[in-house]
Amino acid sequence: MLKSLVAIFLAAILTENYILNKFLGICPFLGVSKKLNTATGMSLAVTVVMVLATAVTWPIYTYLLVPSGLAYLQTIVFILIIAALVQLLEITLRKYMPPLYNSLGVYLPLITTNCAVLGVTMLVLEKGAADPTFGYVESLVNAFGAGIGFLVAMVLFAGIRERLELCDIPKSLRGLPITLIAASLVAVSFLGFNGLVEGMLG
Amino acid sequence: MAKSLFQEFSKGIIKENPVLRLMLGTCATLAVTTAASNAIGMGAATTFVLVCSNAVISALRKVIPDKVRIPAYITVIAAFVTIVQLLIQAYSPALDKSLGIFLPLIVVNCIILGRAEMYANKNKVLPSILDGLGMGVGFTVALLMTGIIRELLGAGTVFGIPITSGFMPPIIIFILPPGGFFVFGMLIALANRISEGKGQKPAELGCASCPLAASCTKLMAQEKDCNRKEGK
Repeated sequence: MLKSLVAIFLAAILTENYILNKFLGICPFLGVSKKLNTATGMSLAVTVVMVLATAVTWPIYTYLLVPSGLAYLQTIVFILIIAALVQLLEITLRKYMPPLYNSLGVYLPLITTNCAVLGVTMLVLEKGAADPTFGYVESLVNAFGAGIGFLVAMVLFAGIRERLELCDIPKSLRGLPITLIAASLVAVSFLGFNGLVEGMLG
Repeated sequence: MAKSLFQEFSKGIIKENPVLRLMLGTCATLAVTTAASNAIGMGAATTFVLVCSNAVISALRKVIPDKVRIPAYITVIAAFVTIVQLLIQAYSPALDKSLGIFLPLIVVNCIILGRAEMYANKNKVLPSILDGLGMGVGFTVALLMTGIIRELLGAGTVFGIPITSGFMPPIIIFILPPGGFFVFGMLIALANRISEGKGQKPAELGCASCPLAASCTKLMAQEKDCNRKEGK
């Protein structure tokens, strides 16, 4: 049990990395990865929202939408739940934890339309449909792993971008193009993790 | 009048191409362009949602209170995405399978919310529809370009028709994620190069292109260079 949870967690970070492998959450990856501290803050906020959103949407889908034959409303219900959740989280943090709000809360409005959050809530349900042993706990671990994978990719990339600033780059490649090419190289290195988790944990 | 309406349509294709110039909807662009046919399917689905949501949001622009406009827009967009999902599931299950999760994710594609926030809530219905149509076509063209290049180099085919099988083995990395980033980077470099000759600014992923810029002023204050780049 524990072994399979560790495998899910590591796979979500390394082989199924949401940014570098599934192309989810590219906008914040390119937009907010310029400085290390903003990259960390954004990714931590994304991780929190991912776990919370999965914790709420999974039971609603399994015990409410599917039994009443409304599974086709998944998209509209999930996006509204996420939007409401983010708003609620923002209000709660501002009221009860101002220091945390100042470091994480500023990123919250941006997260509603982050496709990685909506993506993770839907992908864990897809995995659950394909494999009956993939239940609620596995989904939560997967969501947490996806958030940490997001953090790893953002932090790695923030380091690379800080160095790119100092390089002499051909004029048409300056700015975004070279950033995307650097992202391509980081993605190549993540391809190297293929099969690693299965090999390590059988 | 007719000319200006045509401009609303045509600006989205080249001058303000949502993908290559405004840097919107990058996730979908990178993810579904492993084959040219996927690119067309995704482009058509997004165009449909964009035109319908632009029309409805523009028609309701005086009804929706300013404070709750973003949730209202998201609800309208999600409704149309659900319609597209059901249509594609019914008539083209193969396309539904190859687009997978990215079909429902059209709802968070920044192009749609971006056009609602930047255009449809300030303009009349007809120009909004044309704006949506132009942006959709521009999105499809950019997707198709990326898709053709990646499929040709990565699988040796275009729309499934073998092209380079006789003289060049496929370079598989182009249909893997790294190839997506690389081809997209080179296309933006090309677009920058072309627009540079016309004296336009290079594409930049700043707050200017983000539909939620207005609601994250705090983040903007933190990232001061954000304001500098916006330059508006």
